[in-house]
Amino acid sequence: MKKPEIKDLQKYAVKVRKHIIDEVYSAASGHPGGSLSCTEILTVLYFAEMRVNTKQPLWEDRDRFVLSKGHCTPALYAVLAEKGFFPKEDLLTFRKADSYLEGHPSMRYVPGVDMSTGSLGQGISAAVGMAMAGKLDKKDYRIYALLGDGELQEGEVWEAFMAAAHYKLDNLTAFLDHNGLQIDGRITDVMSPEPVADKFKAFGWNVLKTDGHDIEKILDSIRQAKDYKGKPTVIIAETVKGKGVSYMENQAGWHGSAPNKEQRDQAMAELDKVLAELEVE
Amino acid sequence: MADKIATREAYGNALAEFGSDSRIVVFDADLSKSTKTDNFRKKYPERFFNMGIAEGNMMATAAGMASCGKVVFASTFAMFAAGRAFEQIRNSICYPKLNVKIGATHAGLSVGEDGASHQAIEDIAIMRAIPNMTVISPADAVETKYAVKAAIEHEGPVYLRLGRLNVPVIYDESSYKFEIGKGIVLSEGNDAAIIATGLMVSAALEAKELLQQEGISARVIDIHTIKPIDADIIVKAARETGAIVTAEEHNIIGGLGSAVAEVLSENYPVPLVRVGVQDKFGKSGKPDILLQMYGLTAADIVKSTKAALKKKSDR
Repeated sequence: MKKPEIKDLQKYAVKVRKHIIDEVYSAASGHPGGSLSCTEILTVLYFAEMRVNTKQPLWEDRDRFVLSKGHCTPALYAVLAEKGFFPKEDLLTFRKADSYLEGHPSMRYVPGVDMSTGSLGQGISAAVGMAMAGKLDKKDYRIYALLGDGELQEGEVWEAFMAAAHYKLDNLTAFLDHNGLQIDGRITDVMSPEPVADKFKAFGWNVLKTDGHDIEKILDSIRQAKDYKGKPTVIIAETVKGKGVSYMENQAGWHGSAPNKEQRDQAMAELDKVLAELEVE
Repeated sequence: MADKIATREAYGNALAEFGSDSRIVVFDADLSKSTKTDNFRKKYPERFFNMGIAEGNMMATAAGMASCGKVVFASTFAMFAAGRAFEQIRNSICYPKLNVKIGATHAGLSVGEDGASHQAIEDIAIMRAIPNMTVISPADAVETKYAVKAAIEHEGPVYLRLGRLNVPVIYDESSYKFEIGKGIVLSEGNDAAIIATGLMVSAALEAKELLQQEGISARVIDIHTIKPIDADIIVKAARETGAIVTAEEHNIIGGLGSAVAEVLSENYPVPLVRVGVQDKFGKSGKPDILLQMYGLTAADIVKSTKAALKKKSDR
């Protein structure tokens, strides 16, 4: 696949944000804040980086992605649908009893989902297992995982980080969606995991920092991670929870609540405006 | 006296014996000398991974590896597998139905001197409550070997409950057949049926001999698969004997006794007496002494069989 231009990726990101709002609005539940903060990361991974095949979602040589912060399905499903793993119309069935689009991702039901997650801390462990399998089989596929910063409070994350460094899993790249907020407020108020970069370094990882909403910078970080040998890489992505929807930005309250009709319409209007600007330029 | 071998030893040997299948990967949590996965490591070091003292991570890592086509045996003590790592087993292994086989050794009181903190008496209850999970509790070394083979061939998660203590070999390998979900009638009898699992199967056979001396004919059934349970063999025993005793090295709440009670009460209710740990924690001591202290001997099965027979005649 020819790598899309940066502007195309930016447009995809806006479309993904629109899907996120619509999914959560139609379900009247779900997690918009953290989905909006990781939108560019997922967009870059699926549209510019990962080797996947929508016709053959279980292709054994594919790159794999684990959404360790499993509640951000609105973003993951939006990207998978835009990519063509399943019809975009299905996004509006999100979280409904007759839908396969479970509130948290299920690898058994949703084409393109590589690991069932939802309970924080477990996804990164699974990603470590995938990376170990890749090494064992001498395959060249790469493993990506996305963690929330509140998720770092789970002890299992650090067990997984220890194991990944121990087994020198340089085929594993983890993103930290560092938006600084969790359900009950600021991560530094609830239970601070800071300083995260120092901790990751101490756990034996290659640590990079990037702007999690800047597509070029994300691409550049991934390139550096791929070139780095002997250690897994974590990319600390500075992000804004609720990014792209004015009234959701930096509001912990939008972690897990759905907009009403008026709020949904306002969000769409804001996003449509951004999309129109990208089309004109 | 029959040979005595611990089921953990048979487990390690079976992994080494069947380990040529390149899909097989073995994980351990710093207990490989005790769980006997070290027997596999010696033969296939490239497919053995020590995951350190981090059982939760080990289980979810095993899930990730299984998602890439591997058959992963993840081993630790039953306490730390079913206990510590319950949620990883539930959410990362069973929900996506991945090919992870949990080799849980040191189950029950027969752990001995390490005491209550290391004696899992709740693991069958916890594991059988998870959808997609198969729970196997072998009685001896031969059964363990074929349980491992069946686990390799089975698509999906399996919990293998294994013991530390050397236990009598009751099966003859040349005629033994293992099928997941199919109990084995070890000895016919029509007055009562003793349904046992794990090391209590050999105690049940001893009890049968003792009962025989008193003119009581007891059927002995080995339920090696606690889930899915063999309802047919249980209902048949209930119909033909009218009195059931269960025997397990596990809390009487939630284990084999409960599973059998569920089958009986829904299909063919008959008097039931459960031999097992009476809802209390274990303690340190020599395994044989603990089994006596907690009422897990052939003599206890005899007593319970008589109690079941009395319930039957009082009906």
